[in-house]
Amino acid sequence: MAERSFKKEVQQLRIPAGEEFRGEGILAVTKALLQSGVGYVAGYQGSPISHLMDVLADAKEILDELGVHFEASASEATAAATLAASVHYPIRGAVTWKSTVGTNVASDALANLASGGVTGGALIIIGEDYGEGSSIMQERSHAFAMKSQMWLLDPRPNLESIVKAVEDGFELSEASSTPVMLEMRIRSCHVHGRFITRENRRPAFSLADALANPRRDTGRIVLPPASFLHEHEKIRDRWPAAVKFIRERKLNEFFDGDFEDVGLILQGGLYNGVIRGLQLLGLADSFGNSRIPLYVMNVTYPVIDDQVLEFCDGKRAVLLLEEGQPDFIEQNLHAILRKAGVATKLAGKDVLPMAGEYTTQVMRDGIEAFLKANEPRALATGEHTADGRGHDQAACESAQKSAAVPITFHPNVQALASVVPPRPAGFCTGCPERPIFAAMKLAQADLGEHHISCDIGCHLFSILPPFNLGATTMGYGLGAASSSAFNVKHGKRSISVMGDGGFWHNGLTSGIGNAVFNKNDGVIVIVDNFYSSATGGQDILSSRADNPDRTTKNPIEKAIRGAGVKWVRTIDRTYDVARMRDTLEEALTTTADGPKVIIAQSECMLNKQRRVKPLFNKAVKAGERVVKERFGVDPDVCTGDHACIRLSGCPSLSVKDSGDPLKEDPVAHVDSSCVGCGNCGEVAEAAVLCPSFYRADIIHNPTFRDRFVARMRGAVIGWLQRRRAARLARFAL
Amino acid sequence: MSQIVLHPGTPIKIAILAMGGQGGGVLADWTVEMAEAAGWWAQTTSVPGVAQRTGATIYYVELLPESAAQAAGRPPALAMMPTPGDVDLVVAAELMEAGRAMQRGLVTPDRTTLITSTHRSYAVAEKAAPGNGIADPNKVIDAGREAAKRLLCFDLQQLAERAGSVISASLFGAIAGSGALPFARDAFEETIRHGGVGVEASLRAFALGFEAAASAPAEPAPINTSRALPDVPGHAADPRVQALLDDVRRFPTAAQPLLVAGVRRLIDYQDVAYAQDYLRTLQGLRELDAKAGGDARDWALTQAAARYVAVAMSYDDVIRVADLKTRGSRFERVRSEVGAKAGQLVYTTEFMHPRLEEICGTLPAPLGRWLENSKAVGGFIRRRVEKGRRVQTGTLTWFLALYGVAGMRRFRRATLRHRIETAHLRDWLERATRIAAADYALGVEVLNCRRLIKGYSGTHDRGDKRFERLMSAADRLLGQPDAAATLRGLREAALADEEGKALDAQLAQLLRGRAAAGSPQALDTRRVAA
Repeated sequence: MAERSFKKEVQQLRIPAGEEFRGEGILAVTKALLQSGVGYVAGYQGSPISHLMDVLADAKEILDELGVHFEASASEATAAATLAASVHYPIRGAVTWKSTVGTNVASDALANLASGGVTGGALIIIGEDYGEGSSIMQERSHAFAMKSQMWLLDPRPNLESIVKAVEDGFELSEASSTPVMLEMRIRSCHVHGRFITRENRRPAFSLADALANPRRDTGRIVLPPASFLHEHEKIRDRWPAAVKFIRERKLNEFFDGDFEDVGLILQGGLYNGVIRGLQLLGLADSFGNSRIPLYVMNVTYPVIDDQVLEFCDGKRAVLLLEEGQPDFIEQNLHAILRKAGVATKLAGKDVLPMAGEYTTQVMRDGIEAFLKANEPRALATGEHTADGRGHDQAACESAQKSAAVPITFHPNVQALASVVPPRPAGFCTGCPERPIFAAMKLAQADLGEHHISCDIGCHLFSILPPFNLGATTMGYGLGAASSSAFNVKHGKRSISVMGDGGFWHNGLTSGIGNAVFNKNDGVIVIVDNFYSSATGGQDILSSRADNPDRTTKNPIEKAIRGAGVKWVRTIDRTYDVARMRDTLEEALTTTADGPKVIIAQSECMLNKQRRVKPLFNKAVKAGERVVKERFGVDPDVCTGDHACIRLSGCPSLSVKDSGDPLKEDPVAHVDSSCVGCGNCGEVAEAAVLCPSFYRADIIHNPTFRDRFVARMRGAVIGWLQRRRAARLARFAL
Repeated sequence: MSQIVLHPGTPIKIAILAMGGQGGGVLADWTVEMAEAAGWWAQTTSVPGVAQRTGATIYYVELLPESAAQAAGRPPALAMMPTPGDVDLVVAAELMEAGRAMQRGLVTPDRTTLITSTHRSYAVAEKAAPGNGIADPNKVIDAGREAAKRLLCFDLQQLAERAGSVISASLFGAIAGSGALPFARDAFEETIRHGGVGVEASLRAFALGFEAAASAPAEPAPINTSRALPDVPGHAADPRVQALLDDVRRFPTAAQPLLVAGVRRLIDYQDVAYAQDYLRTLQGLRELDAKAGGDARDWALTQAAARYVAVAMSYDDVIRVADLKTRGSRFERVRSEVGAKAGQLVYTTEFMHPRLEEICGTLPAPLGRWLENSKAVGGFIRRRVEKGRRVQTGTLTWFLALYGVAGMRRFRRATLRHRIETAHLRDWLERATRIAAADYALGVEVLNCRRLIKGYSGTHDRGDKRFERLMSAADRLLGQPDAAATLRGLREAALADEEGKALDAQLAQLLRGRAAAGSPQALDTRRVAA
C-alpha cells in the first residue's frame, strides 16, 4: 500500500479509445503499455517512476481483465531478469526503475538479455534522475545502451510523443530482437499533458500459453559457442534491422527552418527547452515552428548515420544539443561526418557546457553563441510572426533586455545570500528514524566518534544537519557491505545503517551474510519502518500490512538469524531513545564475536498518519473515548538554548519569540503539525536536557468516570492554584 | 528558402516555490484545472523527488489560450522549467522561498508579480543555533521591492489557519485577488469546489487570501522585528509594590521598562523582598554608571544590569520549574495551545530527569554540601533517583508533590543552589564594576555575557564554562583598545555553535595575535568580525 492512493488514476487506464487522456507523463506511459498489449510488467519503485508502479499495484482488477501480470520486483536485477519471458515467447514485457542506479543493479541480467536477444518486445522504462531535484550521482543511462547494445529512446516531452515511443519501442524491439530502453526525464515523468487514447489490448500470446507449451532455443542462451555468435548477430542482423525500422517508421523527426545553412541536432527530451530557447531569441513560436532547421533524435542510440548526413547536407554548421557527459553522440557524429568526408562544422560542447543539466537558459545561451559564430543574421531578425509584429517579439525583447542587466546583480538581491537558508531534505514530522540518530549522537557523546557507513533511504538524511552522522553511502542495501574493510581488531567498531528496503533488496546477502561469513565485528543498525518509505511507502516482505496480492509480515530478525547472526537486538519502539542509546552502546562494547545487529522498528509516520487519522476521526465521530497526544514546550521553562533541536530537527519543533522582555533568544515551540510521536520528550529525558517539554493527552469523548475523576482532581487542584494565583495577583505590578 | 511563419501566442509563465508538504503541487494542479476548464492549454511539471521530505522545490506552470493553438494549427511546445527573466507570476509559500526565487533570477522588475507569504518556516540552521539564528526577513522584502514589478506579501499561513485550512487555499486566493491571471474569481472558486475535499474551509481561506491581495498596498510595509518592552505602570495595588515602583521611577527613563520587567519577574519568582534586593543591587550599579558618564551613553550599564541581574537572580531551579508547571494559567495555556475544545479533558505529562545536583541544590546549604561530598549516600541516591520520570501533573499525587516543591520557595534563600548562585552573581558584578570603572563599554559587555548561561544540567554547565572563559578573557582584554568589541565578538562566537568551535578559534586567534605582535595593540586588527 503506497503513500498515495491511485484509485482516480487507475480509472484513467480505462478511458475508451479515441478519448482524451489528461494527466501525468508517467501515467501516460502506463496507459500506453496497456494499449501495446503488454503481457507483463515488473519493476522496482523509486522517483520518478514510483507512480507507474503504484498505479499498477492499485490496478489489479483491470490488469486481471486484460490478462496482464504485474510484479513489484525484489530488485532491479529481478525486474530485468523477468524479461527472460520475452526471450523465447512472443510476449511483450516492460520493466521500470530509477535511472542509472537501477540500471547498475539490473546490468547483469540486461547484458545477458541483450546478448541472446528477444522474441517478444522488451521495453525498459528508465526514470532518468538527472539535474535539478535529483538525489543520485550524475551519470547517463546512455552508456548502458551502448555497452550491451540496447536501443535508447528519448522522446520529445509531450504525452503524445511519449505514448508513441512506448508503442514504437515494442515494435522496434521485436523488429530487431533487441531490448529497448525508454528514457524518461524527471520533468517528463511529472509533466501534465494530454493525448488521444487507443483501446487497451489483451496480449496475443499469454504467459499461460508459454507455460503450457514451453520452448527453448540454445542459440538464445549465453553460453559458448552461442555467446560468440550473439556478438556477430548484433552487428550483422540486429543493428541494420533497427536502423531500417527507425528510418521507415520515422522515429526521428526533421523540422524545416528558413535559415537552411545551419541546423540543430537534439535529443528528443530536450525539444521543448530548445524551442523555448529559440523563442527567447526570436527564432521560434510557442508551437514549435522554428526558423532554424531541427533534427530531433527520438532515438539517441543507435545514431542513424544516413539521417545525420542528410541533415548536414548543404549546411555550413550544425549544433548538437546533448545533455550530460561523456559526449557520446557528439563523438559519434564527428566520426560519421569525417568518414563521409563532409565539411559541415559540428558544434556542441564547445558552446554548451560539458557537464550539468541543460536548462532553457543554458541552451538559449549555447544556441546564441552558435548562431553568433555561424549565422549572425538569425539573431538580428524576428519579423516572421503571423501578425507582423506579435506578442512573441515583445516578450523575447523584454527577456533579452532584462538578461542584459540581470536583477540578480542588484545589491538587495545579492544581500539575500546572507539570509536565505539552505533547505536540505530531512526527516518528516514524527519520523521514527529521528530518535535512532538522536540515540546515535548520544552514544557517540559517551563513547566517542565512530566510523559510520550509511545506505540509501530516508535514513540517509542523518548525514545532514542537525545530526551530521555518516561518512559514505555506496548504494542501495550496501550500508553494511561498505563497512567490510573495517573488520580489524580495534577498540572502536564501525557502525553501518541499512533500511528495510535496502535489506530485502540485497542487504541480507551483501551486508549481513557477508559480515557473518567474514566474522565482521561491526555494528549494523537495520531501520525497519514497515515500508519502502523513501520511494513512496510501498510494501515489502517485512511490511505489517495485510496485502491480498503479496506475502508480507516476514520478520527481518528471522532472516538474519537464518543467515547466522547470533547477536541480535530488536527494538520495537525507536522512540525509546534511552533504550536505543543503551543498546547501541552495548553493541559497541560487548565482547561477543561477529556482527552485532540492531533492528530498530517503528512504523513510518507518513504512512501511519495516513492509516490512523481516518480511523481516529471516525472513532471521535462515533462518540468513542479516544486519546490524542501532542507535545508542547512551556515557554517560561525553556531557556532558548535549542539543544533539543540539535538532537531532533523535527519540522514541527521550531522556535518563536519568548514574549519575555528579559529573554532575548527565541524559545523552542511545537507547532500544530505535531503528531505526538514522543521524540522530543524522550530526547530531553535521555540527554538530560530540560523539563520544558510536556505531552498533552487530549481525551475526546471522555467517559462518565473520566469526567468524575477530572471534577474531583479539578476541585483540589483548582483550589490550590487559585490560592497561589491570588498571592501573585496581590503583588501584581 | 522555405518561409517559416511564427504564430502569435505567448504562454503565461508561473513558478510556485514551496517546501515539501506545503501543497505546492495542489496549487499547481488547481491552476491547471482552472485554466483547462476555461479553455486554455495548460502544462505543469516539477522535480519533487527527495524534496518531498521537507526540502524546497519549484512547480512550474504554463498557460496558453486553446484558441491560439487552434490558430497555429498545432499543439504548443511549452517549456519544462522556468527561465530566469521570463516568468510572469512567482508564488512563494514561505518568505525565504521568495528570496530563493529572486536569487535564481526568476523575478524581474519589468514583468513579474511576486506573491509571497510572509510567515517563516525556519530552516534547521536557524533553529539549531544556540543563540538567535533567525534570519532578517526584511532583506527579502527589500529585495522584492527592487526585483518585482509588483510585490504582494502577507501572512497567508495565518490566514489559512484562521480559516481552518491550508496555505495552498489562501495562496490560490491571493493569486485570484492579485489579478495576475486572466480568470474571474468564480473560476478559481469553482476549481476548489470541484476538488471536493475540505471545500468550505478552503473557500474561507481562499476568500481571506483574495481580500488580502485585492486590498494590498502598492508598497508593502516592512515586517516589524523589534521586541516590545513593557510600559511602566502608573501605580500598583500593594503599597510595598508601589514603593518598588516609586524606586523604579527614580531610575533613568531608559532603564525603567527593563526594571519593571525585572521586578515583575522576581516577585513572581520569589517575593517582594527579593525584588527589593534586586533594586538595591541596581541602585549601586546605577551610581557607578552615573560616575562613569552613563548619562551620555544611554545608561547602557544600568540597562544591561537591569536585564541580566534579574535573569541571574531568577535562576531556574527545581522550585521554579515546579511552580511554573503547576500554575492554573499554565493549565489554561496548554489547553489553548493544543486546541482542546470544551468537554475534552487534557492531562499533561512532564519529562523530568532529576540529578543528584538538583536534589542537593534544593537542600539547606550545609546538608546539600555534605550529600554532594558523601560518596556512599550520594551514590546511593544517584542510583535510585537519577532516571527519566514521567510526571503526570494533572493527577493529585503528582500535582501535590510538585505543588509542595513549589512551596519550598520560602526556604529558597537557605538552599545550596542559592548560595552558589549568589556567589556567582557577586563575583560577576564585582568584575563588571571593577572593569566598568576603567572601561565602560567593556563593563557593559561583561554584563551581557550572562546571556551565555541558560538551560539545565549539561547545557547549563556548558554555558557556565563558556561564561567563565569569557570572564577571564575580559580580564585579559582590560586596558586594550577595542576590548568591548572583541568581547562582544567572542560572545557571539560562543553562541554560534554547540561544540564551541567558533569560540575556540577566536580565542586561539586572540592568543596568537598577542604572541605574534608581542604587544596588545595588535589585538584590534586581529579581531574577527562577529
